[in-house]
Amino acid sequence: MHIVVCVKQVPDTKIIKINPKTNTLDRRSAPAILNPYDAHAVQEAVSIREKTGCTISVLSMGPPQATAIIKKSVEIGADRGYLITDRAFAGADTLATSYALFKALEKINKEIPIDMIICGKHAIDGDTGQVGPGIARRLDIPPVTNVIEVTEVNQEEKTVLIKRKLSSGYELIQSEMPCLLTVEKEINQIEYSPMPNMIKAARYEPIIWAVSDLENVDRVQLGLKGSPTIVGKMFTPPRPEGGKRIEGSPDEQVKQLMDILLEQKDVLTLQSSKQ
Amino acid sequence: MPEKFDVIVVGAGPAGTSCALVCAQNGLNVLLIERGEYPGSKNVMGGVLYRKQMEELIPEFWKEAPLERPVIEQRFWMMDKESVVQFGYKGLEWGVEPYNNFTVLRAQFDQWFAKKAVEAGALLINETVVTECIVENGKVIGIRTDRPNGEVYADVVVLADGVNSLLSKQLGFHKEFRPDEVALTVMEVINLPKEKINDRFNLEDNQGCTIEIFGDSTKGNLGTAFLYTNKDSLNIGVGTTLSSMIKSKMKPYDLLDYLKTHPMVKPMLAGGESAEYLAHLIPEGGYRSVPKVAGNGVVVVGDAAQLVNAIHREGSNMAMHSGLLAAESVIEAHHRGDFSESTLNIYRQKLYDSFIIKDLEKYKDATHTFENNPQYFKEYVPMMNKAMSKFFTVDGTPKREKQKEIMKSVTAERGTIKVIQDIYRAWKAVK
Repeated sequence: MHIVVCVKQVPDTKIIKINPKTNTLDRRSAPAILNPYDAHAVQEAVSIREKTGCTISVLSMGPPQATAIIKKSVEIGADRGYLITDRAFAGADTLATSYALFKALEKINKEIPIDMIICGKHAIDGDTGQVGPGIARRLDIPPVTNVIEVTEVNQEEKTVLIKRKLSSGYELIQSEMPCLLTVEKEINQIEYSPMPNMIKAARYEPIIWAVSDLENVDRVQLGLKGSPTIVGKMFTPPRPEGGKRIEGSPDEQVKQLMDILLEQKDVLTLQSSKQ
Repeated sequence: MPEKFDVIVVGAGPAGTSCALVCAQNGLNVLLIERGEYPGSKNVMGGVLYRKQMEELIPEFWKEAPLERPVIEQRFWMMDKESVVQFGYKGLEWGVEPYNNFTVLRAQFDQWFAKKAVEAGALLINETVVTECIVENGKVIGIRTDRPNGEVYADVVVLADGVNSLLSKQLGFHKEFRPDEVALTVMEVINLPKEKINDRFNLEDNQGCTIEIFGDSTKGNLGTAFLYTNKDSLNIGVGTTLSSMIKSKMKPYDLLDYLKTHPMVKPMLAGGESAEYLAHLIPEGGYRSVPKVAGNGVVVVGDAAQLVNAIHREGSNMAMHSGLLAAESVIEAHHRGDFSESTLNIYRQKLYDSFIIKDLEKYKDATHTFENNPQYFKEYVPMMNKAMSKFFTVDGTPKREKQKEIMKSVTAERGTIKVIQDIYRAWKAVK
């Protein structure tokens, strides 16, 4: 069995600054990290390997320094990693990105047939969550989003049992393999990497492909040229107002809070619609 | 089965990285372990990097290293509450190759430096804490980390784990350091536009200035403050021995606030924006605090070996040089196939023959003398300020009379015999 995890290098949005003039992210102001959701995706593959003994590859598209997140993935437990990097990929939106990754996955599939692809729910710098399903569509395999548990992998039947998070409760589904999962953070806890993984990662040299290494690529669909997305406007949302502080004894506080809630009709409406 | 390396270096600061770099350049299989997120993320110094010892490791490093400004001016301030006596030197020869020293931001510089060691072949692992040395039959044979399956073996372990060096303490090389053997320094990086820095410090773009501030900067306690120019930020900080802080019940951040709002300092920082706040212990015990530096399968370098010259604010250069000397000794031990204490004592010998221990020996009584005789910072600095004020104030008094009055006020405050004693004591401590 072979799992490929798609990973992305992102600026750490916890500390990134926004250029007040252009409203774009000042990427130099924050260190580049492995997208946190993707780290959970790699961790999930490691958990699946414990039961199935599968091979884990990671795949990323990005600038040459994105090898750092492939090494990070090896620290978490990936066996190997690919980076596709080329000027032709630059400026890609989610459509062009999923096309480039699709082409790379086709090539990986020829080397070692892929049974499962795992992606993070979304990247923290764009929050779109479109690349994973985009890849699934291009490969014509089932996309399973918002995964919170991989319950069972049946290698003989080539099926997988999955728990999906819904807005209320969860859904248990069975999918055929190969399939593509996008995972939520609560699917697992990232484990503290064992020392041998750290040494392996420090030594590891990712496999690097340029566009010319991929087969049957329609260059028009790559990078900026292949990106129909137009950014209309970007702005920093205003900070929420300070709110109201409720003080007094616990009983008084509860009473005050209830008064406020009861005054706001939409809270009540929401509750009745749920019932 | 845990892996075995030729050398494991614990700590990717200047000492550890230097050692890893030279070992790797000489074909040794090196593992460099750093507890921070990346090398430099936890490292702190005022900000002056000396050219000489760095150049021995990477020739012409200034052509590619992330440096801030070459220092062309060094000022010294003897500061009182509302005045300052200053002297210094500015020379354009320090602004051209090969330079004298540079200001740096450690988070960037250490990262670059460690990359050089990696390019030479060392393996770097971050975010990993070494919890202890593995000792077998009285010999260090590896390390244990806080990670699962965390053991790794090596012929030699180089301890570059910084000022507290818990690892060499575990080995019994030193006891817990006393509060008078360490200084606590707090500093801030303050962002300020380049043009403002150039104007305020009278500099061109690629020129830097350092100011060391004595006296009221530490409220008269044993220690110094500093103000260094980076490209578009300033490093301002202050440190005193931990014992002085305890004795005078000062809080380090209060002291830094006091300095930042001091009328002599405040205008230099005006309009700046605090970008980083850092604090660190500095080993200032000097010669008498240097622990055992070599054992069976282990050597100690840099701050971990207490190699800091507090009087000349030299530390990172000593760290680098000790790392180099340790590497040379480890390489020799590797050739001999013998990693016993007697072979690794080559390092101890090299260290004691170098400028490092010679300089520490020269000032072996200095910290002690100034710690126990607070009059130097508490009384003489204000006296100097008063004397200068009197001498340069034009009030119709003949200059010869002024000189007499100044001398009289000095001896009146301290007493003639005490003044002579003080001068002799200070001279003895630094001679």
